[in-house]
Amino acid sequence: MRSKKYEPFIFLAPALIVLLLVFGYPIYRLVVLSLQHTEGGQTSFAGLSNYQIIFQDPDFIQSIQHNLTLLICVPIMVIAALFLAVLLFERIRGWQFYRTTIFLPYLLPITVVGLVFSYIFQLSGVLNDMLNGLGLHFLALDWLGSTKLALPTLMFVIIWKEMGFGVVLFLARLMSVEEELFDAAKIDGANWWQLQMNITIPQLSTVIEFFTVISIVTMLSWVFNYVYVMTGGGPGHATIVTELYIYLMAFQYNHLNLAAAVSVLLLLVTGIFIFLELYLRSRSEVMEAVG
Amino acid sequence: MKAITLRRLWNGFIRQIWMVIATLVVLFPIYFMLVSSFKTQAEYIVNKWGLPHSLLLDNFNTALAGDKFFLRFANSTILTVGSVGISMIIACLAAFAFARMEFPAKRFLFNLILSLMVVPPVVMVVPLFVSMVRWGLVNTYQGTILIYTGLLLPFSIYLMTNFFQTIPHEIVEAARIDGCSTLDVFWRIMMPLSAPALVTLVVVNALWVWNELLIALVFMQKDELKTLMVGISALRSRNYINIPATMAGLTIATIPIVVVYLLGQRYFIRGMTSGAVK
Repeated sequence: MRSKKYEPFIFLAPALIVLLLVFGYPIYRLVVLSLQHTEGGQTSFAGLSNYQIIFQDPDFIQSIQHNLTLLICVPIMVIAALFLAVLLFERIRGWQFYRTTIFLPYLLPITVVGLVFSYIFQLSGVLNDMLNGLGLHFLALDWLGSTKLALPTLMFVIIWKEMGFGVVLFLARLMSVEEELFDAAKIDGANWWQLQMNITIPQLSTVIEFFTVISIVTMLSWVFNYVYVMTGGGPGHATIVTELYIYLMAFQYNHLNLAAAVSVLLLLVTGIFIFLELYLRSRSEVMEAVG
Repeated sequence: MKAITLRRLWNGFIRQIWMVIATLVVLFPIYFMLVSSFKTQAEYIVNKWGLPHSLLLDNFNTALAGDKFFLRFANSTILTVGSVGISMIIACLAAFAFARMEFPAKRFLFNLILSLMVVPPVVMVVPLFVSMVRWGLVNTYQGTILIYTGLLLPFSIYLMTNFFQTIPHEIVEAARIDGCSTLDVFWRIMMPLSAPALVTLVVVNALWVWNELLIALVFMQKDELKTLMVGISALRSRNYINIPATMAGLTIATIPIVVVYLLGQRYFIRGMTSGAVK
């Protein structure tokens, strides 16, 4: 009987060991590093001075501003994905083909997507070629090379790639809603718009919340690949984001302690959203149990 | 009656237009990549987005010959197979404990692991690098496989725990009565019954590792260890670029993904949405 008590931990042990090595210990090291100062191989306790230094760095402030600007993508993605999911749900002709296609970008490597798009958006690239061909010379701009346009262009690519996930997510949820709900509303004479507002959106509220939170976390902390491949943070610092800032600080300028301080802050911010998601989820579970 | 049918036709038409626009926007970059890989450089300059004159395969030869393409491909494969395989076994063992055993702090531990799913890899890069240097694991397959395995575990444990919970208790009890040990139950009952979930898991995880860039960039720096994605990302900063040959390389890197997706579409969709839709 004795062995029974330890049995669960024998099954859990390999996972826990790997998680401690890859998450547990490094997170502890991260916090320690962020409170240290290294010079000429000498390490000393630095208190919160690293945090003070980064907040005085205009590049860091700019990085945060760019991440916040990227949040504009979130409502666009949610609304567009909802719209497309509803159209697909109405089983328009060829909906399965459309679903397959719209989900495809989500699976492609960002590295590949980024490179292809950078040839499309080049000054002498495909897009400008087309615009010039149509006589729209004034629209043929330097999409990735100008400080004003580089970030919006990146945003377009991010939306292009990430939106399919929302469409498939919403569609999967819609398909599990009972048909009677929609039928009853139609019999009551609800028009298309009323149907969406009164049935679709309330039924989808949990997945909409989920997709919104996931997208916010993406914009704040999962856009490194896009920036690294398409602009490298440039032109100038026009597209630098927090992740790239950490990467450059650590591996270009060798300021590991400053990079650690930024990492701690980023971890805290994503942590807030993780708890928000867990909270929303537990609340909806309660609602399900009650209702 | 007639007015209603006309209206319905018109509505259907408008909807089709929306979907066609969305599809064109989605497919254009993929189309552009494909057609460019068959053009000569001279042809590309005058004809950037039209169909190629002939199905020229030279670019694929150039792409495959240049830049240690096969080496990069092999490195990506080693990392993917290694981390996906190891994480699958470890995650299933843990998921079995979460789904079918009672132990203290179970709920807390599960939620803790769940929350690790959203930790951005970039946050872990700095401390992992420091630790890996100390352990002598930078620029090794083992070190990078260890990191990928850890990053894959939270989602894998979550997915498999949910699946194991759906396996009827009666089957397990019947096996117990027949004298199966816990390990027997795991290997002979849970695992075979979980085949569909395991396919989903492998497909989703393999895709993630194959596409990953940041960890590969930092922990596989030696030229002969670089992965396919790292190799591709380096192409942009070149002064001289043979765009059609680059596109051919990108096409080769993308084709396995598209083929696997089209064959196992439902596994992808199920796996990717399993976090949110029950």
